Amino acid sequence: MNQPQTLAQKLIAAACGRTAVTEGEIVTCAVDLAMFHDSSGPRRLQPMLEELGMPLWDKSRIVLVIDHYVPESDDESRRIVRIARDWAAEQRLPNVYDSVGISHVVVPQHGHIRPGMFCVGGDSHSPTGGAFGAYMFGIGSTEMLGVAVTGHIWVKVPRTLMMRWSGRLSAGVTAKDMMLHMIGRHGMNGGRYQAVEFCGEAVRALPMQERMTLSNMSAEFGAQVGLIAPDEITVDYLRLAGVTQPFDLPHWQSDAGADAERHEFDAGVLAPQVAAPHSPANARDVDQYAGTPVQVAYIGACTGAKLEDLRAAASILKGRRVADGLRLIVAPASRQDQEQAEREGLIQALRDAGGEMFPTACGACAGYGGSIPDGANVISTTARNFKGRMGSETAQVFLSSPYTAAASAVRGRISDPREFLS
Amino acid sequence: MSDQADTHRVWRVGADIDTDALAPGAYMKFGIEEIMRHCLQRVRPEFAGQVRPGDVLVAGPNFGIGSSREQAALALARLGVAAVIAPSFNGLFFRNAFNVGLLLLTCARAEVMAEGECIRLDPASGRISRTGPGPSELACEPVPPFLLDMVRAGGLLNVLKQRHTS
Repeated sequence: MNQPQTLAQKLIAAACGRTAVTEGEIVTCAVDLAMFHDSSGPRRLQPMLEELGMPLWDKSRIVLVIDHYVPESDDESRRIVRIARDWAAEQRLPNVYDSVGISHVVVPQHGHIRPGMFCVGGDSHSPTGGAFGAYMFGIGSTEMLGVAVTGHIWVKVPRTLMMRWSGRLSAGVTAKDMMLHMIGRHGMNGGRYQAVEFCGEAVRALPMQERMTLSNMSAEFGAQVGLIAPDEITVDYLRLAGVTQPFDLPHWQSDAGADAERHEFDAGVLAPQVAAPHSPANARDVDQYAGTPVQVAYIGACTGAKLEDLRAAASILKGRRVADGLRLIVAPASRQDQEQAEREGLIQALRDAGGEMFPTACGACAGYGGSIPDGANVISTTARNFKGRMGSETAQVFLSSPYTAAASAVRGRISDPREFLS
Repeated sequence: MSDQADTHRVWRVGADIDTDALAPGAYMKFGIEEIMRHCLQRVRPEFAGQVRPGDVLVAGPNFGIGSSREQAALALARLGVAAVIAPSFNGLFFRNAFNVGLLLLTCARAEVMAEGECIRLDPASGRISRTGPGPSELACEPVPPFLLDMVRAGGLLNVLKQRHTS
């Protein structure tokens, strides 16, 4: 009988062909899926592949998403996107998603990430895939080159930090608030590049896109991965995405008694969270920052503009108008989410409230959109608010959930969304 | 990687240096030659212009938080920085640094080192020798041998090349 294993250990053991692995050992794993985008991918990989003279290891396991420099705004972005498109055509890549949304949302929506897989992504928010019970983490372009030609990568078996959330979230409180709270409590290196696993009643109650927000911001928590054990909610999501294979759900769980560092949280008492400039670790209860004037509200990014996020924002903004002079920008995270939001009347509600619709791309979150004015106070549903991150060195970016961003847009100052829901 | 007989001049920066500070998003669409000119401009505007090959960067905790962009590490490597020494690093930045041939040393007491002092490094044993005020020797966490080899080779691309041609 082996020692009880955590979910992280089971996923790594499967990927390195073992029955069990021990914390701290360095092992080489076979990669099931490698995802990259126009910024980290072809423009950096292609010259190195040519220099190396080696072919791609397995095109069926590569997914390219063009999401960073679209729509092209200048000659440099046109050049970068052209390299990506030309390279995809030349390599005859079977899995390419061009200008249909942000990689971390689009790739799961097409069923590419499934329980038990071992995946890498050329982007720091790649831990999003952990929401599906897959071991997925971000790597840089050179390391992606290594994966692209060998299909293998090393990992040091991490310790698991088990974040147990008991109780149920109140209305107007979301996964984003849970994550900002954990980062506020433990700091941006709270994860110490170990494996975080989110569990407990409040996590199991979350729909997949909310779980993805938790896993996504494991990056800001400093963890390598942010795992959630798969369950029927995971399977239902994947069936809708067209995945038909069976899953061994009982196996892809942390064993009872597995060695882990354990932290307890009570979802029932969690207030909406706001992180002040210039770090997600500045997260506090919304009342600490309430009243701060804001000139821009940004509802965008893989963290904060998925269908669930648009539903949250629209529930506040429907039948209301944003404050005079406030600019509300909405950039849905994927075309699929945008189309469903249109069918549900959410997009119309956001427009009627005064929102401007931006393309379904990374946009201003990564400072590529150019839509955040200098000197502005911004309330944003994005994942990080480092100085200059959104393109302006003088903008003051506050992070929040879509509920809080919407409520703040209505008042023109940071506001508790629960005042709008009662 | 530097010979341990070399001395290295210290540049000091604080905690939580993020990848936007190392490789600002606004310059990411350009090549590394342009990005490296703006490396650390937000916290040390004179750094990119005055850093000399062989200098080391000594930082506070959480160095390299943020994006997966390896240009953050590559900019330092291309400016000739011999090593970054800090109490802790972001894990993704840590992998990127070795992959592009930049040595990182995790040193709990890194911050006793002062701006401008000269130190000696022995990466294999994880020791820093110094003559400035405070301890004359600092211990670093050992770097796995395969990562030291990667730095000696100049990064993963060269390791793959050697493996492919041999």
